[in-house]
Amino acid sequence: MGPWPYLAAGWILLVALYGLVTSRNLIHAIGCLAVAQSSTYVLLLSVGYRRGGTAPVFSDLRPGSRPVVDPVVQALALTDVVVGATVTALLLALTIQLRKRHGTVDPQALTGLRG
Amino acid sequence: MSARARLLMFAAAAIVIGVFYGVASAETPSFGRASHPYGDRAVAASLAHRTANVVSSVNFDIRAFDTLGEESILFGTVLGATLLLRLARDERRRPAASERVLPTTRLFGVIWLPVALVVGVYIVAHGQLSPGGGFQGGVVLATALHLGYIAADYRVLEKVRPLAVLDVADSLAAGAFTAMGLAGLAAAGAFLKNVLPLGTFNEITSGGTVPLLNAAVGVEVASGVIVLLAHFLDQAVEITGNDEPEEAR
Amino acid sequence: MPTATLLPLAVAIPLFGAVLLAVAGRVLPRTGCDVLATAVAVGDVVCLALLWPHTHGVATAPLGGWPAQVGIVLAADRLGAGLALLAACLVLAVVVYSWRYFDEPSGERAGVFPAMVLLFEAGMVGFALTGDLFNAFVFFELMGATAYALTGYRIEDPRPLQGALTFGVVNSFAAYCSLLGIGLLYARTGQLNLAALGRGLAGHRTDLLVVTAFVLVITAMLVKAAVVPFHFWLPDAHAVAPTPVCMLLSGVMVELGVYGIARIHWTVFSGPGGVPDDAFRRTFLALGVLTALTGAAMCWQQRHLKRMLAFSTIGHVGLFVVGIALLTPDGTAGTALYVAAHGCAKAALFGLTGVLLDRYGSVDEPGLYGRARELRLVGVLFVIGALALAGLPPFGTGLGKGLTEDAAGHGHPWLPAVFVVVSAVTGGTVLRAALRIFWGFGETPRPRPGEPETTGEGEEPEIRGPRRALPPMMVAVPAALLAGCVLLGCVPAVARALAGGAGTFTDPAAYRAAVLGPAAAATAHPGTPGPVPDAWTGAGVLLGLLSAALAVALAVLATTRPPTWHRAIGATARGLRRLHSGHLGDYLAWLALGVAALCAVIAAQT
Repeated sequence: MGPWPYLAAGWILLVALYGLVTSRNLIHAIGCLAVAQSSTYVLLLSVGYRRGGTAPVFSDLRPGSRPVVDPVVQALALTDVVVGATVTALLLALTIQLRKRHGTVDPQALTGLRG
Repeated sequence: MSARARLLMFAAAAIVIGVFYGVASAETPSFGRASHPYGDRAVAASLAHRTANVVSSVNFDIRAFDTLGEESILFGTVLGATLLLRLARDERRRPAASERVLPTTRLFGVIWLPVALVVGVYIVAHGQLSPGGGFQGGVVLATALHLGYIAADYRVLEKVRPLAVLDVADSLAAGAFTAMGLAGLAAAGAFLKNVLPLGTFNEITSGGTVPLLNAAVGVEVASGVIVLLAHFLDQAVEITGNDEPEEAR
Repeated sequence: MPTATLLPLAVAIPLFGAVLLAVAGRVLPRTGCDVLATAVAVGDVVCLALLWPHTHGVATAPLGGWPAQVGIVLAADRLGAGLALLAACLVLAVVVYSWRYFDEPSGERAGVFPAMVLLFEAGMVGFALTGDLFNAFVFFELMGATAYALTGYRIEDPRPLQGALTFGVVNSFAAYCSLLGIGLLYARTGQLNLAALGRGLAGHRTDLLVVTAFVLVITAMLVKAAVVPFHFWLPDAHAVAPTPVCMLLSGVMVELGVYGIARIHWTVFSGPGGVPDDAFRRTFLALGVLTALTGAAMCWQQRHLKRMLAFSTIGHVGLFVVGIALLTPDGTAGTALYVAAHGCAKAALFGLTGVLLDRYGSVDEPGLYGRARELRLVGVLFVIGALALAGLPPFGTGLGKGLTEDAAGHGHPWLPAVFVVVSAVTGGTVLRAALRIFWGFGETPRPRPGEPETTGEGEEPEIRGPRRALPPMMVAVPAALLAGCVLLGCVPAVARALAGGAGTFTDPAAYRAAVLGPAAAATAHPGTPGPVPDAWTGAGVLLGLLSAALAVALAVLATTRPPTWHRAIGATARGLRRLHSGHLGDYLAWLALGVAALCAVIAAQT
């Protein structure tokens, strides 16, 4: 497949960044952040792929009988998922309160901090 | 900055980043290559500790310290949501109303809630053997409980989720992970060392401390996610401003 | 106790303390929680202090009993352990400072705020001590997640929520860039351990993969360290966070970003196949000078006291970046001392600002004009803090600045001037505010309608209820921190220890040998440089006195005769301020521009 899986990860990051830069809604921006994070899953998992490899789980597979994909990146991706979910939750909590206090979720309407 | 200037600046930067990343991708060792030195070492280490699911072994034994940090993030997020979604000075709590639900929906909930709970427990308990583990099972457990909300109403959900207990359970499970690390330190001189008997390969008791850490994470994720969602749902269902109803905003 | 025990304990103690507080806070009264939090904070300081004598070289703790090739290894040299100790000391100061300060939620939630502070501490200590790149990302996020929540603590005011959101989105995005970079490095080397990564890169020439991975990995650190143009989130977050949290954010979290840059460069990218020394030096010297000057220029124009202190932090971070960019042991040693002393001084100044907020419900310089005359002691401490910021001997900031200037002046004779100007301007700004607020110096400042600026008025007070006497700890803690800043400058043992530590820090071979075993060091940099200077020099004292005198002159000038700027300078200043728009999209566009520029600049030099 050549470098395409890696390129896909970079594309996802840039798309997410485009969304963040142009966002008019904080919920949308937080969604874009989640998209940015998914680029890391794509890269980590494609870095760990081994041609013809299967899942690194030996409950129904004799060790050594088949190549397995890299388990380390899968574990990293799992950790990454939890980190991303929790950070998203925190940011959404902040957005809820901001909506109550400011009456808007448009980042361009937030002018309390400048200069 | 005007929207146009911002977009131009982004576009210029994105082209440069894209070019660099593209060339870097071409120089990255090819997709699907055979050489995975760390992966091979992890597989060997996992088999040596008789853990059939290597991913679980990486998460709970080989690189358990990552998971400790990550569980602390979850714990911190639950505490943070408690802080951020607290009742503001000008807000008050209004009890949720009971709602009408179709009988078939209710039946769906009654049947699936126990099934989902059992599936969740199974996934947590077999984390060292088959795909799954504390995170995945914990999330299944947490969502299972919310079938009570979907198939009945918020008052039913409040009955099936004892928040105070879950809050304490979340904290204690986070503490249990650290405690097991300290136990390894006390027993064998290395933090988070897998000190328990390793058991027989591919049995539920295999893997030493892996199943225990899995269970701690399962409890933490399940109770943490329920508490987290409770704070969000309270905002939507129960908390209103002082004088104006929520709908009027 | 052996290091294999002390290193993980330094992370485990605050984690465990947070759990205890979260559970016990449901039944304990407020006082009980405060006592418990203080005990845990003291425990961690003791643990790290016990670790300190073990850090002649690099102390390691293989976690889970796995070797570095398989598991995660904690590795502490004197600078890493020292930074962790600084974080622990500041956390202790913050916990004591907020004893009676804070209108914390009571009842079942009494323990939540101190528990969050302890989790934040665990994140900082873990980040400073870890020897694994992915693990550093995890602790970076722990530090971040708790900091976002703490920043948005005052939910009744929209500004803290906005500041926390900006902080959260920008930092998290940068962390994901970093993780992408980690993925690229893993693809090249199949390693995650810092020392092993460094060795893995050596087998290959420096290509664009390495450059891109370097820039991506370092992005998160640059954002955390608030290096221009990655710095926009910092004033927004620091201006609005509760005072005790500001003390930690400005005092040590930002500096951890600088530490991260230096640590990752030295362990991973300093050898063959990494980033060439010249490219790193030139690029980061330029970034550091740009950051320092921007921070100082923006600091001068602020009227919101916390925002002023935040920009002063950016100015000083620029100087720290210059110090580590020299890539010499003496530059690193000076910077380490500078960071420690600056952390104490800045935390003290934020603490004193908290007193003003507590008494007058405002942190606005013109708004508070002449109102705080009765707080004479606080005023004196504020002036002392400002002079410490300016680098007056015998403060540790003066010694750190002197040592760094000396190191910088060897190859670049104009760099000491940057140090003097930036410390004089930031110190002078704070002094100006102190003279106006506590003594009513000069004339009443005129309003500046229509300017893009943040005023410090109408702040949500951080405490409520009937007026009570000023809690003594709110003055005692800043005083103690300032005393600490003096001690750092006066006790020669500290500077000597840090100088020794800098020698180890800048020696990747030593790090590699300690983490991977002696056989691994064969391919690394040869040679150890001579003794690292660690004492006051005549030039250092003179330059310190000069910048303090300049600071006083600037403050007096600004209060007695408000400056009439040249039109060009005024326009530049307004333009610079307009860039700090508070707009999330702008900040991320700047981040993208920064990443692109760094890629291009470093690639052009390899």
